[in-house]
Amino acid sequence: MAMFAQDLEATELRLGLPGTNDSEQNTSSTTLVSKSNKRPLQSDMNENNDSSPANRSDEQISQPPPSKTQVVGWPPVRSYWKNCLQSKKTEAEAAGIYVKISMDGAPYLRKIDLKVYRGYPELLKALEDMFKFKVGDYCEKKLGYNNRSEFVPTYEDKDGDWMLLGDVPWEMFIVSCKRLRIMKGSEAKGLGCCTP
Amino acid sequence: MNYFPDEVIEQIFESVTSQKDRNAVSLVCKSWYKIERFSRERVFIGNCYAISPERVIERFPGLKSLTLKGKPHFADFNLVPHEWGGFLQPWIEALADGRVGLEELRLKRMIVSDESLELLSRSFPNFKSLVLVSCEGFTTDGLAAIAANCRLLKELDLQENDIDDHRGHWLSCFPESSTSLVSLNFACLKGEINLPALERLVGRSPNLKVLRLNRAVPPDTLQKVLARAPQLVDLGTGSYVLDPDSDTYNKLQATVVKCKSIKSLSGFLEVGPRCLPSIYPILENLTSLNLSYAPGVHGSELIELIRQCVKLQRLWILDCIGDKGLGVVASTCKELQELRVFPSDPFAAGHAFVTEEGLVAISAGCPKLHSLLYFCQQMTNAALITVAKNCPNFIRFRLCILDPTKPDAVTMRPLDEGFGAIVQACKNIRRLSLSGLLTDRVFLYIGMYAEQLEMLSIAFAGDSDNGMLYVLNGCKKLRKLEIRDSPFGNEALLKDVGKYETMRSLWMSSCEVTLGGCKALAKQMPTLNVEIINESDQVEIGVDDEQRVEKMYLYRTLVGKRRDTPEFVWTL
Repeated sequence: MAMFAQDLEATELRLGLPGTNDSEQNTSSTTLVSKSNKRPLQSDMNENNDSSPANRSDEQISQPPPSKTQVVGWPPVRSYWKNCLQSKKTEAEAAGIYVKISMDGAPYLRKIDLKVYRGYPELLKALEDMFKFKVGDYCEKKLGYNNRSEFVPTYEDKDGDWMLLGDVPWEMFIVSCKRLRIMKGSEAKGLGCCTP
Repeated sequence: MNYFPDEVIEQIFESVTSQKDRNAVSLVCKSWYKIERFSRERVFIGNCYAISPERVIERFPGLKSLTLKGKPHFADFNLVPHEWGGFLQPWIEALADGRVGLEELRLKRMIVSDESLELLSRSFPNFKSLVLVSCEGFTTDGLAAIAANCRLLKELDLQENDIDDHRGHWLSCFPESSTSLVSLNFACLKGEINLPALERLVGRSPNLKVLRLNRAVPPDTLQKVLARAPQLVDLGTGSYVLDPDSDTYNKLQATVVKCKSIKSLSGFLEVGPRCLPSIYPILENLTSLNLSYAPGVHGSELIELIRQCVKLQRLWILDCIGDKGLGVVASTCKELQELRVFPSDPFAAGHAFVTEEGLVAISAGCPKLHSLLYFCQQMTNAALITVAKNCPNFIRFRLCILDPTKPDAVTMRPLDEGFGAIVQACKNIRRLSLSGLLTDRVFLYIGMYAEQLEMLSIAFAGDSDNGMLYVLNGCKKLRKLEIRDSPFGNEALLKDVGKYETMRSLWMSSCEVTLGGCKALAKQMPTLNVEIINESDQVEIGVDDEQRVEKMYLYRTLVGKRRDTPEFVWTL
């Protein structure tokens, strides 16, 4: 087709690495027939409305990241599959795993829902906030705590043993934990020190 | 003018199996057309509205196997209203009336009613195989009819259907005399299952090769079923939550060891901690592993699993495997041909589970890779160029960046060059899905290089009509084009109207085409159905030609406007 002879001559162009400037003729031919600005869309879309075509062909522009509100049908996953995964999530969320927590020296106990947390760091932060203490830095890789603190978080497992918090994978922990206890003082010494 | 008698030609045609080839053969001359049509047994209809059931039956009276597809692909993502169309009923009625000796029916994205299933089960005494993919509209009562009445049933395969579950009696409807089952997949059912009935059914089906269970099947039933079917080739587990120290666990482990033929594994819809080692004995022979429904399999357990799957050819996984996990796949699964990585939390803020790194690692370690579906947090041109160099054999390449207009994560430039490298290197690419920040340029590359491209999916891409024009002009083998939220309008739509007759269908939503443009197209091309889907409450869609069309779906057809359009669909 005659209209594309220009562009088809451009078939001689070889693709280069990003940053190589190909000939300018492409930009000129695209701007020739460029449409007017996009009208705002009626779908549930969000901030992308702001990007006009002129902006988008300017290769240097960096788009402001759209907010995480959901665009209809995006990402393109089968709704059946999405519902499956999400229903598993909400089911799991509905159950809740409530355990008692005691802290040595505190006058009364507390209760928390372990399901609410996604991992040890979050749980520890919550404990620290709840009881106003510092457990020190939890190092996931070395599975231990910085022994600057005199508090050590422990839990009672299904077998009735008192375990140091953080040794087993999170998923295993939440099904085997019966209660939590924050040990303090001399009892805590020597437990789970990790070299920083 | 035949040099051979018809019977000889018929014999020769028997070895012509692909529909494409048969179509070609039938165009040679009238005599060949006649011989071919009487001998054709398998018919594939990519769009159920392109032809009527009566005409299919008339042309192919020997029809035994029929494949039908209904709704357009974007229906999978909630872009098409449920009642749009794709009804099975008229087809079953016509097949029954025509006394067709139907043996196999494969449906995708169709609306199937219990009434249709009932009629199906009663009308075809040789019926052997029912495969339903992404269908809806029926309940387990319909399945009960199939189970009860199809005496020779070999295959009942339900993949990702939305089925109203009236609870488990349908399984008991398989008569005691039914021993022919080869393949049974009910993983998508949400309700309870009659477990003893399942055990008995498996026990009396010595040819059973494929068995995929749903969540309601607990591990102890799984163990009993496996004990009765050690010849299984394809297994989908249901719930896999059990106490690793229990008797059931030990029994299950011992039973699994005996299932030496299992090549394909899926399921694990629920998994308990430390349960997976029981499945280890069969991993080294697996060629296909689908963990896309198993968010409970992650972290070190997942890695440990993968490390043993040295013969894997197909892997479907969630993105919680991470780039590092994909590195393990790359170093373990040297035979990998197909990879799908799904987003475990599609709307999560900031959990960067897989990125371009994982993909590059895979491309470096798995040179046989030809099919990819990859949901990721970000991508770069450099990565795509490397992938193209490492894997020039891609047939299907679908990349989905979760943030739809995200640029190259390092350079902040559009991803045109990266995708351009893919289409230039992969000469056999047939299917492509794009995402990320893209200008018209990527479409120029596609038009120039993607000579074998048959299906293209575009979202939030391009600058002007040129983009779409490059594709329509350059991709000679294009069959399906689906576009959403891109600035292509009437000029692109109307430039080459004859092109659409060479394609199966075109979908455009939230683009720049107007009602006037669609009307003009419909007028020029009477062999196309141009459908406008209008879901808004305003009744006055017919008035203003300048108005943008929200959703347009057009397809070639031999039978004109369909008569089952719902209120919100308007055929121009």
